[in-house]
Formats: sequence, structure tokens, C-alpha cells
Amino acid sequence: MTAIYERELDSQLNGLTGYVYGALMLLFAGIYVMVYNLSGSPDFTSVMYSMTFIYLIAIPLLTMRAIAEERHQKTDQLLYSLPLSMAKIVLGKYLALVTVMVMPILLMALYPLVLNALATAGSMSFKSAYGAIAGYILLGLALTAIGLFVSSLMESAALAAGACFILMLLIYFMGPLTEYIPETAGASLAALAVTAGLFGLILWRLTKNGPFAGVVTLALEGALGGCWLAWPDSFRGLFAKVAGQLAVFDKFDNFAYDIFDLRAAVYFLSVAAVFLFLTVQVMERRRWAQ
Amino acid sequence: MIEVNHLTKRYGSHTAVEDLTFTVEKGYVYGFLGPNGAGKSTTMNILTGCLAATEGQVTIGGYDIFEEPIKAKRLVGYLPEQPPLYGGMTVQEYLSFVARAKGVPVRRLDEQLERVAAVTGVKDVAARLIRNLSKGYRQRVGIAQALLGEPEIIILDEPTVGLDPLQIVEIRQLIRDLGRERTVILSSHILSEVQAVCDRVLMIHRGCLVASGTPAELERQCAGKVTYRVTVKALPGEARAALEPVKGIVDVDAAAGEGGRTDLTVTASETGADMDERLSFALSDRHIPVLRLEREQASLENVFLALAQDAPEAAPAEEKHRRRGRRDRA
Repeated sequence: MTAIYERELDSQLNGLTGYVYGALMLLFAGIYVMVYNLSGSPDFTSVMYSMTFIYLIAIPLLTMRAIAEERHQKTDQLLYSLPLSMAKIVLGKYLALVTVMVMPILLMALYPLVLNALATAGSMSFKSAYGAIAGYILLGLALTAIGLFVSSLMESAALAAGACFILMLLIYFMGPLTEYIPETAGASLAALAVTAGLFGLILWRLTKNGPFAGVVTLALEGALGGCWLAWPDSFRGLFAKVAGQLAVFDKFDNFAYDIFDLRAAVYFLSVAAVFLFLTVQVMERRRWAQ
Repeated sequence: MIEVNHLTKRYGSHTAVEDLTFTVEKGYVYGFLGPNGAGKSTTMNILTGCLAATEGQVTIGGYDIFEEPIKAKRLVGYLPEQPPLYGGMTVQEYLSFVARAKGVPVRRLDEQLERVAAVTGVKDVAARLIRNLSKGYRQRVGIAQALLGEPEIIILDEPTVGLDPLQIVEIRQLIRDLGRERTVILSSHILSEVQAVCDRVLMIHRGCLVASGTPAELERQCAGKVTYRVTVKALPGEARAALEPVKGIVDVDAAAGEGGRTDLTVTASETGADMDERLSFALSDRHIPVLRLEREQASLENVFLALAQDAPEAAPAEEKHRRRGRRDRA
């Protein structure tokens, strides 16, 4: 696994992407610090809050090549023939991406110290500043796993970057969007039924196993129908709640309000774990339907 | 070393490999021979765990490639059709990465890198970026990569494709050298290559194994039939009539040539010098001048062409029935 980790790190740092990522992050961190802190406010959390938006571009940039490029160059055959489990290969890659992801953020961690020393903006709250930075890293862990997953689905780095950006955009605006979802139980049922159908479709695309995907979809739809008959009231606003769970970025909000949100931290780590698991599954599936 | 049992791979409705069964013994160079699209790469990808089979079983050194992939893969070094190289790394970096990924212990790393680089002749280019290497050197780096971790079995998919004649000679020599200590399986659609390098030949056509054995055995298999190329000065009908009474002739193909000549392709079931004489007497008895009488050498090429033509489009019904009982892996 260390070999995979080092190679991935090497390819990030020998190519441009690692540096472009770092430069992008530091450039915008600098701009935000200038706008917020150097003009008077000692509040570093608002810098990190604004920085979440930069992940929209930075994460696709960081993760696009990770697996898509291997497929494109056919080097994935080497990975498949190595005496290593796919979980270790994926984890090695993920940790390398995380290492690159964290580097500029560690540099940013110096900013509160510098700002405090300059004392241009009154006294700095280190607790909230570092809480926000920790939250920002945790958010990054989740998003990097999502980006890696998208990269594993795509044939080329450019496609992976595009798809990842769209997905990031979607989950960024998921929070505000859920407010427009109708609250009625019927609408929730319909939306969930459609989602289950889409899930079945994706399953069919990934596994190329029609009967299996069909049975799973029917089971899901059946379960939904059963729940609807048993507890129709619980469907009120359910879809909005489910969709709200996908609003990964919103979970960062508490960190920006000076609270170290342990639940959000667990949530970020769970998202990362789920998407790493999915990435392994996609890679394993590909063995079947190359 | 390798046992393949009733291996089948389907892509949707297309069957790439059908009911393949063979055994690979230790210490030989095996040639996997077949035209393009015969299922060679698919089979090799399955043997190395890069691809899952639809049905069937593959065991490598006693380990099932699907059940215990890591143990099985440790025994195998694989060079896919397109060498899996990272262009941005130097040869040294790349080989060092593969060695560590294969779990070569650190204390043996340098020694092994040194040896593999020496065997494959990539020492001179160790410090160069892979993307700047010529095709021949890339192929060597690909083979070097397969040798790392000291696997007992080396699988090479079309190792000489795209190389110049000199490089081909060198790579073949390298494969022969490897074959002294290890089991090597290589695929090729070039018959002369297989004849030159391999101890055993597995012929595959449309995903089915059509023949296997040593090159000499396969030639003998074909030796039951012999082909003569005969040019006579006569009309096709006359020539045909003249040859009709000759015993042992299976088929006569006559084509009219220039200046009243006829080119005959005669397939006979009997061999030996006797047949040559009978042919020539039969023609001269009818006062047909024989301008040329040539016996075609039985070669792997002929074996292959004959087998490829005879290969069944579909397996017999009884075969299919038996196959149904097998466990489905999909």
C-alpha cells in the first residue's frame, strides 16, 4: 500500500495538478484573508467558510486523474495484476490525495498566528480559527473520497473533472434546494420512488446484470410501497430530509459558527468511508465487464 | 502450475472464450497461438486476475485465482498487450515502485532491481523517463516489471508486436533464457515465433482450444494429409480425369492457367515417396506433361490453417448438455 501511496503522491507532485491545486487554495485563502481580516475583522472562521466554495474547483482538479488516468493509460491492468487487494490500492491512492489536499491547508493554519502577530484586527480567537480549519479538513476528506469515486467511474481525467464539478455543485446547493421540495407525503413518495428507479438504473449500468438490478429495484420500490401503506404520515417531508443528508457542504456551517461539531465530523468521515467503499466496488466490478 | 477448467467468458451475447480446458506444466515455454480476436488476451487477462470469468475455474500453483487472488497473483508476472507503464516516471523509479507494490522486501530490493535490469537490458536507460523511450525499450521495461517479485510463471501478451526485427530476435532470446528457469506463457499470432521459442503450443480459434502439444507433435498430427502442387500442360478436365483412378487422393482442385496449363492442388491421405510417383505416372500414362510437382512441407502454418477451418462453429448438442451443469460465476 505504501508503494501505491508514494507513486500517487509522486504523480501529483511531479505533474502540475498538485501545484495548481495548492496555488488555487492559497490564492483564494489570501484573497479572503485580505478581504475579511486585513480590513478589520479578527474572525478567521469566515475565511474558511468562504473557502468551502473553492473546493468546488479544487477537489475535481485534485481527484480527476487518480483512477480515470490509469484506465486511460491502461496502467490499471498493472493494478489488477498486483498481489494487493483493491481496498489497499484505493486506500493508498486516497491517502496520497489527502496528503496533497491537506498541504496548503496546513500553510493556511499559520495565517491565524501571523494575523495575531500583526494585530491588525484585534485579538484572534485561536480556538474558533483552528476549529474551523479542522472542520475544513474534515469536509475535504469527504469531498476527496467523492472525487475519487467519480474518477473511478470515468474513462478520462477531463470527463472525471467535469462530472466531479457538476456533482460538487449539486451537493453545494443541495441545502438551499431542499427548501423547494414539496413537503407533502405523496410528493416524498413519488420522489423516493423515482430515486429508487434511478438507483436501479445505475446498478444495472455498473453491474451489467439486468435481472439482479431489476430484482433490487423492485424490492426497493416494494419496500417503499409497504412503508407507505404502514406509516403514510412518516413520509411528510421525508425526501427533503434524505436530500438534506446529501448536502455535505452544509454540515460545515457549525464549524463556521465557532462550534466544533462532533456529529458533523463523524458524518464527514462516514461519507469518506462510504465513497471509498463504493470506489472499491466499482473497481472490482470492472473486472467483470471490461 | 496452472490448471484451467472449462473457462468461459462472455461479453453480453459475444463469447470471447468458450469452454477452455488446459494444463500448464512447470518449466516449459508455452505458446498461445491464434489469429487476432481468438480470445488470447481475454484468456491471459483471466489467468492473471485482471478479468473475471463467466464460468469455469483457474488455479495457479494450487490457488484459485478467484478465491485466493493475492496468493495466486504472487506466482505470476504479467505483461499485458499494452505495457502498463507510467510515462512520467524514470525506469528506475517505475521498477522500484512495482517491486515494492509486489511486496519485495526492502533488503532484497536493490539486488533484484539490479538483476532484472541486467536480464532485460534496461540498465542503460534506468535514469530516463519512460515516455521518452523507444517501443523496444518500453517492451523491455514491461518484461522487467513482470519479472519482479521472482514469480514462477511469466505471462507475456504479444511480447514482440511492434518491434523491429533486431529487437524481436533479442526479445525471443530473452524469452528462451527465461524459459530455462521459469514457466513462460506467451501469446502470438505469428507462427514462426511460436515455432522458434515455444516448447508447447496451445492453438486457440474463436475462443476454443483446437490443438495442443509440442510443435513437432502438431506437425505430425497434420502429417496424415499431404498437399501437392502440380502444374501440368492439359485442360483442367483432362487432368482431373487422369488423377481419378489414383488411390489415396482425397481432393483435387484444378485451376486453368496461362498457355494451356493447369494448376492442381492435390490433397492426399497417404504420404511417402510412393505417392509422388503414382501421381506422376498417372499423369504421364495419359501423356500429360508434368511441369511441376511439389510436395508442400507440413508446418505449423498448415496445421493451424487446417484446424482453423475444421473448428466447429458450434459445439455438438451432447457437449452443450453436459456444460449446463456447471456452476455459474456471473
